[in-house]
Amino acid sequence: MTRLNGAQALIKSLEHEGVEVIFGYPGGAILPVYDPIIDSTIRHILVRHEQGAGHAAEGYAHATGRPGVCMVTSGPAATNIVTPLADAMLDSVPMVCITGQVALAAIGTDAFQECDTTGITRSITKHNFLVTRAEDIPGTIKAAFYIATSGRPGPVLVDIPKNIVDANNPDAYFDFDYESANFDLPGYSPSVDPDLDLVDAAAKLIVDAVRPVLYVGGGVLKSRGAEALGELVELTGIPVVTTLMARGAFPDRHELCLGMPGMHGNYTAVNAMQKSDLLIALGSRFDDRITGRLGGFAPDAKVIHIDIDPAEHGKVRRPDVAIAADCRLATEALISALKTKGYPSSSTDISSWRSTLSGWQEMFPLTYEQSVDGELLKPQYVIERLRDLSPKDTIVTSGVGQHQMFASQYWEFNYPYTWINSGGLGTMGFSIPAAVGAKAGMPDRTVWSIDGDGCFQMTAQELVTASKERIPIKVALLNNAYLGMVKQWQDMFYDERLSEVHLSHDLPDYVKWAEAMGCVAFRVESPEEVDEVINKANAINDRPVVVEFRCVNSEKVFPMVPAGGSNEDLIVDPSQREVQARIRSASSESSSS
Amino acid sequence: MTRPGDLSHHTLSVLVEDKAGVLARVADLFARRGYNIVSLAVAPTNDHRFSRITIVVDVESAPLEQIVKQLFKLINVVEIQELSPNASVERELMIATVRSAQDRSQIVELVDIFEAKILAVSKDRLTVSLEGHPSKVDDFEELLRDYGIDDVQRTGRIALPKIGNTPAKVRAE
Repeated sequence: MTRLNGAQALIKSLEHEGVEVIFGYPGGAILPVYDPIIDSTIRHILVRHEQGAGHAAEGYAHATGRPGVCMVTSGPAATNIVTPLADAMLDSVPMVCITGQVALAAIGTDAFQECDTTGITRSITKHNFLVTRAEDIPGTIKAAFYIATSGRPGPVLVDIPKNIVDANNPDAYFDFDYESANFDLPGYSPSVDPDLDLVDAAAKLIVDAVRPVLYVGGGVLKSRGAEALGELVELTGIPVVTTLMARGAFPDRHELCLGMPGMHGNYTAVNAMQKSDLLIALGSRFDDRITGRLGGFAPDAKVIHIDIDPAEHGKVRRPDVAIAADCRLATEALISALKTKGYPSSSTDISSWRSTLSGWQEMFPLTYEQSVDGELLKPQYVIERLRDLSPKDTIVTSGVGQHQMFASQYWEFNYPYTWINSGGLGTMGFSIPAAVGAKAGMPDRTVWSIDGDGCFQMTAQELVTASKERIPIKVALLNNAYLGMVKQWQDMFYDERLSEVHLSHDLPDYVKWAEAMGCVAFRVESPEEVDEVINKANAINDRPVVVEFRCVNSEKVFPMVPAGGSNEDLIVDPSQREVQARIRSASSESSSS
Repeated sequence: MTRPGDLSHHTLSVLVEDKAGVLARVADLFARRGYNIVSLAVAPTNDHRFSRITIVVDVESAPLEQIVKQLFKLINVVEIQELSPNASVERELMIATVRSAQDRSQIVELVDIFEAKILAVSKDRLTVSLEGHPSKVDDFEELLRDYGIDDVQRTGRIALPKIGNTPAKVRAE
């Protein structure tokens, strides 16, 4: 037992939790906590904007599976980290965020840099705490890590008034003993183990299904369940779709991997769900970007919904069997239940379903036209070359927009935890700070941030962090001079009336800007240069690299389910529309006869 | 107009940790998810660690199951009971100031019939109180309305399960 003040106790508590890295930014109210950091084993990474601290913590958590930790001061710093908190909440990212707060006696007086941090973040954190006594710090930190990482993971915020960490305040000292620090959460006991009767009921549905699809979401990754999923697929031969949050949970190269479903999902993944008679939802939540118009979604499918958060069951789609449990444990239980039933010999033959799907895959691959002579780059081409020239286990982060969808579509994700993006909240600017966090957590891996020009301008300052802290991330900036996804919508749904979507190829000068931030920078304008520059970038490991790929502005992300439309209204690539029309008319004839 | 006594409403008895901000968390959740609260009453329980929030919810705004599950996700929510009207005793208190210049005797008669109380009297006003089942309180308020109500305040419903009738604790699954 050691006598410590609140600030020392806070840092010691984080050490006890095994924290390696804090992404943070000091300031008035959190100042006392920054003093003991000097003596700590924890690495502090000084970001250039508090939003960067939050997204870096998220990137770290996504890549490592360990909770990301960020620390900022009160008031404007706390409000700057609101976006990453909301992002982590929607994507179930384990994160502990520590905010400074004005002294207890000043709370409620509109003091300098005071804001109601716990009030503001109430609905965008899994839980938050305002600590009022120094001696409560260890127990609260313990509780924060427990809540952030157990059950459905999420962000937890701990707000710490300045006086309880103030080394000059005699009341801020107490006997520190982390082992015996306690917390009491009588209302929190997340369900983890699956109910075996329900697992059995699920197994029965699987045995009888003719057109089953495994609809795999981020929960599989959060539960470290990719391996169990692989076993389940090997046993059953059931095809898999991986949502935007689950890319890599099942290898894209596997013949039963149909890829990404949803608004920009591929034809086969979308239609497999539509025509399915059994959706096995594993850690997925029937997000509107997956279902399209709900009334038209997978009309013939029964649903097995496995999710650790019972509130997801029936929130969107009523399940036939709902299992509130850890995805990995539930998958393992499902495997033994199926084996007990003599699977696969006892089950329905799904080979004709599988051949239907491979027929679709053949007719409707992802496709785009290559650049003609003198034309700028195609973003899809750039991503394909990045994919083929970078190490197989490269971690890819992305921002939000066309580049994100192209990256998800054209990268081949064969390993879990190699794809990090902002799925639920759709936060532009996520990519660069998330890459910083991922690389800080996985220093031996290549980390490519695939970014758009709009996103880049939102959080590029974290490249200064990367340079200064020697975190050699690589940024592939797909510069098409437009807010590409918004332009696509205006082109398709607003009669090509382009409103406030033009940025510029040249302003800012991205190469100069990147160089000014300490990066090596390249500009690529023609397809012939692409490979050489990517190879150069991959060979640089002592500082960050930015490659500006000048892209055409005409590309659209296809396929696309129009906003508000049903998945049946999927718009495929122009080159595939004739085939699609033939299939549609054939199926409407057969259903009317 | 929806009234607290409507049978279509459901009553949730929510045991929460008695900590700062818990009521705000519950209220926030209802606001954020678009659930309607018809009435809400909060008070300490016999265990000093906990408070009980009795919430009458409008199930037209969202399925009760979703409301309960979302409530359960709040870390400070310990237990939720759904109190169906026929398996619980429910009470509400109303006080109302009624214009009585013309018809004081009729109002006094109503007070007698409903076993209400007269709390204050002036030349042309009566302040009355009634404690009872919310639907009885509804009826009384409706009848008083004809005479002209200046001011009315109701506490919102509180409820306990009937003795020997333990309602299923609504677990999160």
